[in-house]
Amino acid sequence: MYRYDEFDARFVAERVEQFAGQVARRLAGELSEDEFKPLRLMNGLYLQLHAYMLRIAVPYGTLAPRQLRKLADVARRFDKGYGHFTTRTNMQLNWPRLADVPAILRELATVEMHAIQTSGNCIRNVTADHFAGATPEEIEDPRPLCEIIRQWSSLHPEFTFLARKFKIAVGATVHDRAALLYHDMAVEIVKNAEGRTGYRVSAGGGMGRTPYIAQLMCEFVEREDILAYLEAVLRVYNQDSRRDNIHKQRIKILVNAIGAEEMRRRVAREFEEIKAQGYLRLPQEELDRIAAYFAPPKFEPIAEPVAEYEAARTKDKRFADWCAHNLAAHRAPGYAIATISLKPIGGVPGDCTSEQMEAIADLMDAFGLAEIRVSHEQNLVLPHVKKRDLPAIFARLSELGLATPNAGLVTDIICCPGLDYCDLANARSIPIAQKIAGRFADLKRQEEIGELKIKMSGCINACGHHHAGHIGILGVDKKGVEHYQLQLGGSGAEDAAIGEIMGPGFTAKEITDAVERVVDEYLRLRQPGERFLDTYRRVGMEPFKNVAYLEQLHAAY
Amino acid sequence: MPLIKNGDWADDEFATVADDAALPEGAVIVSLARFEKERAALLARNARLGVHLAAPQSPEALGEDVHRLSVVVLDFPAFKDGRAFSWARLLRTRLGYTGEIRAHGAFLVDQLAHMMRVGFTAFDGDARITPQALASALGEISYRYQPAPDGQKTIRQLRAR
Ligand code: SF4
Repeated sequence: MYRYDEFDARFVAERVEQFAGQVARRLAGELSEDEFKPLRLMNGLYLQLHAYMLRIAVPYGTLAPRQLRKLADVARRFDKGYGHFTTRTNMQLNWPRLADVPAILRELATVEMHAIQTSGNCIRNVTADHFAGATPEEIEDPRPLCEIIRQWSSLHPEFTFLARKFKIAVGATVHDRAALLYHDMAVEIVKNAEGRTGYRVSAGGGMGRTPYIAQLMCEFVEREDILAYLEAVLRVYNQDSRRDNIHKQRIKILVNAIGAEEMRRRVAREFEEIKAQGYLRLPQEELDRIAAYFAPPKFEPIAEPVAEYEAARTKDKRFADWCAHNLAAHRAPGYAIATISLKPIGGVPGDCTSEQMEAIADLMDAFGLAEIRVSHEQNLVLPHVKKRDLPAIFARLSELGLATPNAGLVTDIICCPGLDYCDLANARSIPIAQKIAGRFADLKRQEEIGELKIKMSGCINACGHHHAGHIGILGVDKKGVEHYQLQLGGSGAEDAAIGEIMGPGFTAKEITDAVERVVDEYLRLRQPGERFLDTYRRVGMEPFKNVAYLEQLHAAY
Repeated sequence: MPLIKNGDWADDEFATVADDAALPEGAVIVSLARFEKERAALLARNARLGVHLAAPQSPEALGEDVHRLSVVVLDFPAFKDGRAFSWARLLRTRLGYTGEIRAHGAFLVDQLAHMMRVGFTAFDGDARITPQALASALGEISYRYQPAPDGQKTIRQLRAR
């Protein structure tokens, strides 16, 4: 993975001291909270319901064991001994003290980590497919481009005071695991008709109160021009976006107000100019230099089937279950991609204790695993595991409470922090997710249901991606009472779609039953091979709506 | 009102004139609206001229006339409104303007380094915007990843040495 050189290291170190100065000015009263706010946000520091929250960047979701240990260490020393992995693949500390933040950042800098641009109206931490570099499906590893984007966007002089936040994701497979089209800008690594690798760029996606799927900006951008193209999109956005209504200032609003055609025209004009001036040309040598950092580990030639692995699966049902759900195909024979679910039944989605992080880091060292990924589904992923090591790894994960066999199943719920932490929330989300997961805890039943993505947000900001859930749940406030709206049919994958709102919300008491009835109705209606999403697309909202509100109907009589 | 130019206090040699006020002798700064309305007369005066652009106004509206101006003032109605960063850049690159670009309004010390990078050369801000504050802001981050109109070497260029 990428390693800082002297320049990167000094850049981050100085950024820490710069921020430490800003914190000192705030503590001394030289900066008002209003003035401090954009400065702290640009460095990942929020003021939440009960305390500050620090969002630490995990660029494109990749961590080395020493970095995981450092996260564990700061969570223990400066917080309550756990961290929360988010849908942006970052890690949040929920209870740091303002005065401690500079010390936390200095600690992080020792392992080449930071909190730069994890919030604020700037280009945010870039995300990627969490199977990058390991999946057989990809054209090439998207992370070198992510790292190039990370550097280009770090303290960008022109784009640090944008109208709103700006999120970029990069993918390289037809099967989209990074919710690409829900980003302000999506870069897909593609091959053109001549077999040349380049980039397809879309812009204007987003969740929040007005969800949009990103629209195509350019079918094929040459490799050397990609930064010029990204800069062109950002420049048009910075110049032309509204600034008069905070709810209408994302690029999705601009793209849909002027239309994709006009947006493409404006971007093309900037692009041609930047390209002609040449200052952002990305030479192949630079791409190669960065790509070398991401070279895959040397894969041992291992013959399939792997006897130890197959034997363990036959012998141990629990192991077999875990393999069935938490493993994905790897590019090298004898290897697998393993998902560590952070969704134990009854747990808080995405939470991980310091002890767990340290134990995972130890396990990585013991099995020669150099990196781990954070997924936008709030799980961790071991990208390059030898199948023969899997029984031992599974045994260790089981001891740690990290072997829940539910990746991609109905209890693998994406969930934002909600009213338990977030001051923007309308409703609690964590306890609802816990109740729903509890209802479907039986693995047999989960297997029967198959792929079903439940995503839940505590308010319209949609940090829990509810628009993209096969079943989305949105917390709303109805005259001071927490209510939950159901949305069906969303998808954050390559068949991206925005979920449709079912109707009036459910109370906290009703929502779990309503979800269960919807799921049961799907089981009743589905045709062979259909996922929930497929059935929904075939039959529409009506049958689900008819069953979901049963309880209210009974109550009315 | 004292200005900061070349890293130090400087007198403002321009009178900023309201749209309905009579023009005084000497160098003046007018709004884009007044410039467009009285263009010929303003350019014919034997005195230096500046135009003050509001935050939504692109300097492209000045067209070729930009080269006859001595100062372009870009406005920060609030520090959060970062459009002027792109306007300054556009003045330096697309329009090839080489004169003074002056920041006016509610910007923060913490924005000065970025402003210098995209082409601002003069600062007209609140009491906290001082030469000392500017000097210390410019010294905070030694290296930069992005090429910008200030021509400073990027980290990639430094690596290649
Ligand atoms: S979706 Fe709303 S409640 Fe949930 S974390 Fe985001 S802002 Fe907070």
